[in-house]
Amino acid sequence: MPFQHWRKPALGASVAIACAWLSACSEGVLDPKGPVGAQEKQLLLEALIPMLMVITPIILLTLWFAWWFRASNARAKYRPQWEYSGHLEFSIWMIPLLVILFLGSLAWVGAHQLDPYRPLVSKRKPVTVEVVAMDWRWLFIYPDQGVASVNELAIPVGTPISLHLTSATVMNSFFVPSLGGQIYAMPGMQTTLSLLADEPGSYRGLSAQFSGDGFSDMHFQVLATDDKAFNAWVDHAKAEGVRLDDVAYNQLVAKQATGGVVYYSPVTQELFAHAMESATRRSVTAEVPSPASSSVTLTAAAKEH
Amino acid sequence: MFGKLTLQAIPFDQPIIMGTCMVIIIGILAILGLITYKRKWTWLWTEWLTTVDHKRIGIMYTLLAMVMLLRGFSDAIMMRSQQALASGNAHGFLPPEHYDQIFSAHGTIMIFFMAMPFVVGLMNFVVPLQIGARDVAFPVLNSVSFWLTAAGALLINISLGVGEFARTGWLAYPPLSELPFSPGVGVDYYLWSLQISGVGTLLSGVNLVTTILKLRAPGMTLSKMPVFSWTALAANMLIVAAFPVLTATFAMLLLDRYLGMHFFTNDGGGNPMMYINLIWSWGHPEVYILILPAFGIFSEVIATFSRKPLFGYRSMVVATMAITLLAFTTWLHHFFTMGSGADVNGFFGVTTMVIAIPTGVKIFNWLFTMYGGRVRFTSPVLWTIGFMVTFTIGGMTGVLMAVPPADFVLHNSLFLIAHFHNVIIGGVVFGCFAGLTYWFPKAFGFRLHEGLGKAAFWFWFVGFYLAFMPLYVLGFMGMTRRMNHYDDPAWLPYLLVAECGAVCILVGILLQVAQLVWSIRKRDQLSVDARDPWDARTLEWSTTSPPPAYNFALLPKVEGLDAYWEAKQGVNAPMHKNYEPIDIPKNSGLGFFTSFLAVVGGFGMIWHIVWMGVLALFAFLVLLAWWSWDEHDEYELKPSDIARLERASLLTS
Repeated sequence: MPFQHWRKPALGASVAIACAWLSACSEGVLDPKGPVGAQEKQLLLEALIPMLMVITPIILLTLWFAWWFRASNARAKYRPQWEYSGHLEFSIWMIPLLVILFLGSLAWVGAHQLDPYRPLVSKRKPVTVEVVAMDWRWLFIYPDQGVASVNELAIPVGTPISLHLTSATVMNSFFVPSLGGQIYAMPGMQTTLSLLADEPGSYRGLSAQFSGDGFSDMHFQVLATDDKAFNAWVDHAKAEGVRLDDVAYNQLVAKQATGGVVYYSPVTQELFAHAMESATRRSVTAEVPSPASSSVTLTAAAKEH
Repeated sequence: MFGKLTLQAIPFDQPIIMGTCMVIIIGILAILGLITYKRKWTWLWTEWLTTVDHKRIGIMYTLLAMVMLLRGFSDAIMMRSQQALASGNAHGFLPPEHYDQIFSAHGTIMIFFMAMPFVVGLMNFVVPLQIGARDVAFPVLNSVSFWLTAAGALLINISLGVGEFARTGWLAYPPLSELPFSPGVGVDYYLWSLQISGVGTLLSGVNLVTTILKLRAPGMTLSKMPVFSWTALAANMLIVAAFPVLTATFAMLLLDRYLGMHFFTNDGGGNPMMYINLIWSWGHPEVYILILPAFGIFSEVIATFSRKPLFGYRSMVVATMAITLLAFTTWLHHFFTMGSGADVNGFFGVTTMVIAIPTGVKIFNWLFTMYGGRVRFTSPVLWTIGFMVTFTIGGMTGVLMAVPPADFVLHNSLFLIAHFHNVIIGGVVFGCFAGLTYWFPKAFGFRLHEGLGKAAFWFWFVGFYLAFMPLYVLGFMGMTRRMNHYDDPAWLPYLLVAECGAVCILVGILLQVAQLVWSIRKRDQLSVDARDPWDARTLEWSTTSPPPAYNFALLPKVEGLDAYWEAKQGVNAPMHKNYEPIDIPKNSGLGFFTSFLAVVGGFGMIWHIVWMGVLALFAFLVLLAWWSWDEHDEYELKPSDIARLERASLLTS
């Protein structure tokens, strides 16, 4: 994946302060561990810095004009009739217009370059992961490896990950701040997202769309490792996993719970298709816990790492 | 007989809710007792509850907004406290099922029952005075609009003690808000209260558009209309165009929930994405409905207190109308992460940014209005300068999120929360406070205490930055919105600072309450030069404070922009006193009774007590028919009466 490392010199004191302040954050979108997140961060700064350069003088001018033209300042010239200037009017339309022309092209090009549906360019064959959002866990199915896991997304470093997402329940949003990108997981529909991790590590993943009482615990861990460790993880899942077929899947979906890592193997073919289709069949009288009992099933997030 | 309603609907086991309800009930009983003790029931009924005077209705809207601000802020400070306490293994003091109701109620109340009534109230009060009209076009309808809004506000607050409120967020996205996932009455409270108040808002929009287009004083062409009235026209046109979308969307969700239909359900071919598109094609214009009148207020304030005409009036009007049109082209930026594809995301990213052009122009216009002026630092000016600084930052973060890939990492994070509070507090709320302080003497004949007002401003201003700047950082750190608890200890320090900010804002609000109480008690000292206390420019200042029921004994003749300023500069031509008879609309109970029936019917439908809903609807139809045959809805003031009233008001002011 071609990716130029880009650093723009800090322009002006305000920009420097803003950057220092922002870089103080530890984990998150300003410390990306993959090219998608890195490009998104770069675009973010490319948009932010020119805007800071425009708004900082405006804010300073506001304060200065207000102060200088205060009623008690006899040195300031009072122009009680001054309400129009053609040149000035032209400029005040042109300045935002030019800024927006620049930022608009940035937005248009960026939207295409970083389209989540666009596959990442890489010599390595992507790993496909099918993701199902549940109340309130994430199921990750590896169709090529024949394994699945709950709340743990293991990925090999340097390999594009092709994610296909849906929801067994309400709308959720799949987000790993360290890797970038974010996309909704919606019932009966499939969305796609490509991610890649450059550095090994354990990254935090979460649902960014409120999905009910267990929402705050609906996070998962991304384990980015080398190929060897990834294969070992797959073997471990195979060894420890229990069978996941349509019946077992339906039971898993019906139970509202949070936390805990579970492995499955083997995983039946077409399970993701079943997940998509069964979400649109959920009848009104389906296994709905009463509001009182739903909170009882909540457990604190299990810490497995 | 009582549908889903049983005694269990009252959460006796929740000490926080029960305590709050007790305080509210005691407060209401105390007020009712005081009214009875002072024998003010007749006065209340004839002067306020049944009034159709736009000024009084405007004041009641504003009062409703201020009370709801207290409610919405209580929710806010509870959320801030919860997140300050719920770090690591601690889970705070609010369980998810309660916390989720609080953030849903906070958003719903602040937008629909704080910001909207505040803005609508100020427009209602000011616009007819500013355009030299004697009332709005449809005075009784105006009263109905207000009372429907009040009915919605009452219903949403009943949910505090009877049943529950929605646990879905303030826009109630399906499928979470559909019956399988939200079987309780919370979403029904949400839907019925917003349907009722939404109808009120729509009627109010129709009313003000008609008023502005048809009732301007002789000589006031559109190009001589003050900027606040222009922004009010724009906002009300947006209301007329956007609110039916909201009503239709909620109607479909109601059909899903009540009649088992499948507009937005997962099953039966429903599509939740449609709801999200529809709700935001109302929701984005809605933010301009709120902010445009605030822009108008700042324009009036900055021109008056700089003792200069507004710089670039034409630019300002063009920019306002451009925003009005563009408001309908940007809704998809609320969900770039839905996966619509690069062309769609790119298009809506660009349209969103285009709105920043006219908005930027406005900032420059206010800036150059101060240039060459004589700026008096009264509290409305402090709010305005605070707005110009804060809103510019909020605008920048908004444009940043209009870049779709940037939004992919910021969507639904606390960065987003910080952004829209940055524009709504820094824009709408500051604007409403500026307008309140600015027009208060016109409404009541005395000013608000300046010192307390300025102190309140500084607490709000500093409190805002303390409360929301840390949220920008937390957004970058990957903290998402609506978290009940979290296990990243690095977030805690920022949330503690935000909590301090919320406390600062609390002090600001308390100072505003103190300001109001103090000013009312010391009103005799504050009533100097109440007709035109700020040396202002527009027509509302040419009549007495408070204005008579008919606003202007003689309709003003307008020859230019800033009509009153120009009149003040001219030689004092002897005013001709040839009064003509004025028709004044009589009081009407239609609004109050409609509201009563809306609460009863809405409550019945929420709890599936169908007979109650049907009965209320039937009673409303009877009421409407009875009112429609009432032909004596006006009374005439004779010239001699007007002359007498005018003399009396000259003596007192």
